[in-house]
Amino acid sequence: MAGLLRLTTAGSVDDGKSTLVGRLLQDTQSILVDQLAAVDRATRARGGVELDLALLTDGLRAEREQGITIDVAYRYFATPTRKFVLADCPGHVQYTRNTVTGASTAELAVVLVDARNGLVEQTRRHLAVMAFLRVPHVMLAVNKMDLMDFDEPTFRRIESEFAAVARSLGVPDVVSVPVSALHGDNVATRSVRTSWYRGPTLLDHLEAVPTGREAVAEPMRFPVQLVLRPRTAEHPDYRGLAGQIASGVLVVGDDVIALPSGGRSTVTGIDTPDGPVLRATAGQSVTVLLADEIDAGRGEVLARLEQQPRVVTELAADLCWLADRPLRPGARVLIKHGTRTVRAIVTALTGRLDLHTLHHTEPPASLELNEIGGALIRLAEPLAVDSYATDRHTGGFLVIDIADGNTLAAGLVGSRDAA
Amino acid sequence: MTAILTRIQRGNPHPDNPAECGTSGDHLAALESEAVHIIREVVAEFDRPVLLFSGGKDSAVLLHLALRALYPAPLPFPLLHVDTGHNFPEVIAFRDRVVADLGLRLHVAAVQDWIDDGRLTERPDGTRNPLQTVPLLDTINEHRFDAVFGGARRDEDRARAKERIVSLRDAFGGWDPRRQRPELWSLYNGRHTAGEHVRVFPLSNWTELDIWHYIARRDVPIPDIYYAHPREVFARDGMWLTAGEWGGPRNGERIVTKSVRYRTVGDASCTGAVESTAVTIDEVVTEVATSRITERGATRADDRLSEAAMEDRKRDGYF
Ligand SMILES: Nc1nc2c(ncn2[C@@H]2O[C@H](COP(=O)(O)OP(=O)(O)OP(=O)(O)O)[C@@H](O)[C@H]2O)c(=O)[nH]1
Ligand SMILES: [Mg+2]
Repeated sequence: MAGLLRLTTAGSVDDGKSTLVGRLLQDTQSILVDQLAAVDRATRARGGVELDLALLTDGLRAEREQGITIDVAYRYFATPTRKFVLADCPGHVQYTRNTVTGASTAELAVVLVDARNGLVEQTRRHLAVMAFLRVPHVMLAVNKMDLMDFDEPTFRRIESEFAAVARSLGVPDVVSVPVSALHGDNVATRSVRTSWYRGPTLLDHLEAVPTGREAVAEPMRFPVQLVLRPRTAEHPDYRGLAGQIASGVLVVGDDVIALPSGGRSTVTGIDTPDGPVLRATAGQSVTVLLADEIDAGRGEVLARLEQQPRVVTELAADLCWLADRPLRPGARVLIKHGTRTVRAIVTALTGRLDLHTLHHTEPPASLELNEIGGALIRLAEPLAVDSYATDRHTGGFLVIDIADGNTLAAGLVGSRDAA
Repeated sequence: MTAILTRIQRGNPHPDNPAECGTSGDHLAALESEAVHIIREVVAEFDRPVLLFSGGKDSAVLLHLALRALYPAPLPFPLLHVDTGHNFPEVIAFRDRVVADLGLRLHVAAVQDWIDDGRLTERPDGTRNPLQTVPLLDTINEHRFDAVFGGARRDEDRARAKERIVSLRDAFGGWDPRRQRPELWSLYNGRHTAGEHVRVFPLSNWTELDIWHYIARRDVPIPDIYYAHPREVFARDGMWLTAGEWGGPRNGERIVTKSVRYRTVGDASCTGAVESTAVTIDEVVTEVATSRITERGATRADDRLSEAAMEDRKRDGYF
């Protein structure tokens, strides 16, 4: 969607993420009068005088009691230029899994740094998470500039340190803005107190950053969600494959293969409840009709014959470990990829990202909560995969606990086959 | 609703219409595709889904999306209405008409039955929205429903803004906001153990305005009381409430006839109407787009009681 930007906040606890979100909403006239009144009441109840903008998104009891964000809040707003879906994420290390949640669907991350403190470990961790998830655009907001007299050298120092870390993590060009979330400087309006700053305001950049995808350039992937067989008088023989195009473009007449089973057929129709269409693009939920009754139920991926995904029983993957209990080699888990869930064993850990050196270490004995590392995974049944680096929409998977069903990790299919 | 059942598969294939569908289309088309994807995931992975259907606009949109998601197959799961007994008759009539027209199965869990046999007691203030939780949970247990579709939206309330799309509930139906599962990309993890279930919110990312635009685009039928009509009302807590058998008017509250419209339809004893002259869908869209007050702020007395009213109800197992 050209007109929609999904963005997330990131950065250490108390660096001002929720305040910035509140400021953005306030200065784009996105807060309605009763919401404003409620925040005003809540501010006063906590002994505050000036409106506490963070209370717009910090809506849970525990969040308000402790003055921190615990879980992601989603907010929706629009300017005349575009629509925004905003995920306000927690900064506290304990809730990193919620930040990973908010960032997994984001096209842009605003990473905040408190101008007084500069980069801290949690800044590096969040930047590593954004790099891991390949959030396409990363932006640095050096916040609380009001407490540093809007001092240019302070901003420049943080800007260059951040750029260096970003570079080491493989994050391309970062746009940096000096702001005061509390007072609104350079958020939606240009500050007169940073005459030395020539770049865009935060909102300028949010409105200008390119979004959307070039579906035409992507290989077509259609994970089958379920087979629709009405068996009604009106549709006695209907057999349609229901799913959402994960990437690329599907056209009637395409010769396709269902993987991992390997059956081949031709697309004879693409149905929608409004009638058939000739083509469907990434993001569309449709129903696909094939010429032959091949085995293509839930868990199969349709691809064009000439652009097939890899079918693998071993994965070289990157993981962001989100569970309290550490991951050790030999762990038995479930892997959920697309519409298929398979049993698996983590056969080896291949490395761990060291947040200080920003390099991958030797194979570690375990992967702990919030750590990013590499793993080899053996699958009980084959999966049809693309690497996350080439396609963010088909290369991600969940690692799930067999016993209690919890999500243990965000996984990315690596770009090479497992050795 | 029946419109989608008749309008289908006539004529020749048309080239994809960017205004209508997919990410190549607009924002609304993307929301529609996202919701359809979520509904299909749940139908594929769960044994006993159920869809909460009150007859309100959000549940009407949700049902419409479910029908689209599975078309041309019939809806494979039943609907559930937790009935406060404090209904707008127009909404109940609409509910029953939809169910009959589409040949659907509807379970009704009536709060009154729970009060009659002593499992619930009436609240001193007489409102019944919070009383819906127990009948809801009892009915989920009785029918062993494992996935419950709801029409809640994140933009409704600050506790809802924190909700996952597929959200695990413990054996007591409780929501623990501190222990929510990570939810990554569009991969939903609905695994649960016996006795647990999930709540599923396909409209999570929709705003009130999106709902109205969608009703207009897809011609989704909704009860008439969403459009402006003359009604006998009285003022309380800054809202216009319908005069009726439950709670109104009291001493000093005067009945007047106003042209009003509802933005939400909950417990009629505490759901307010807004003054309006919008009689067409386009006029409603215009009013909603320019409104400076949220739909809950405008219409729900019970949510004004406390800062965390919704969070507390959700922790107890509310929708
Ligand atoms: N002086 C000043 N204070 C700020 C600014 N931005 C935020 N603050 C204050 O910093 C404190 C923390 O702000 P939050 O917005 O809650 O921080 P956060 O990053 O959302 O915190 P977590 O979500 O818990 O990680 C609050 O007291 C804010 O008022 C700013 O630009 N200037
Ligand atoms: Mg915060």
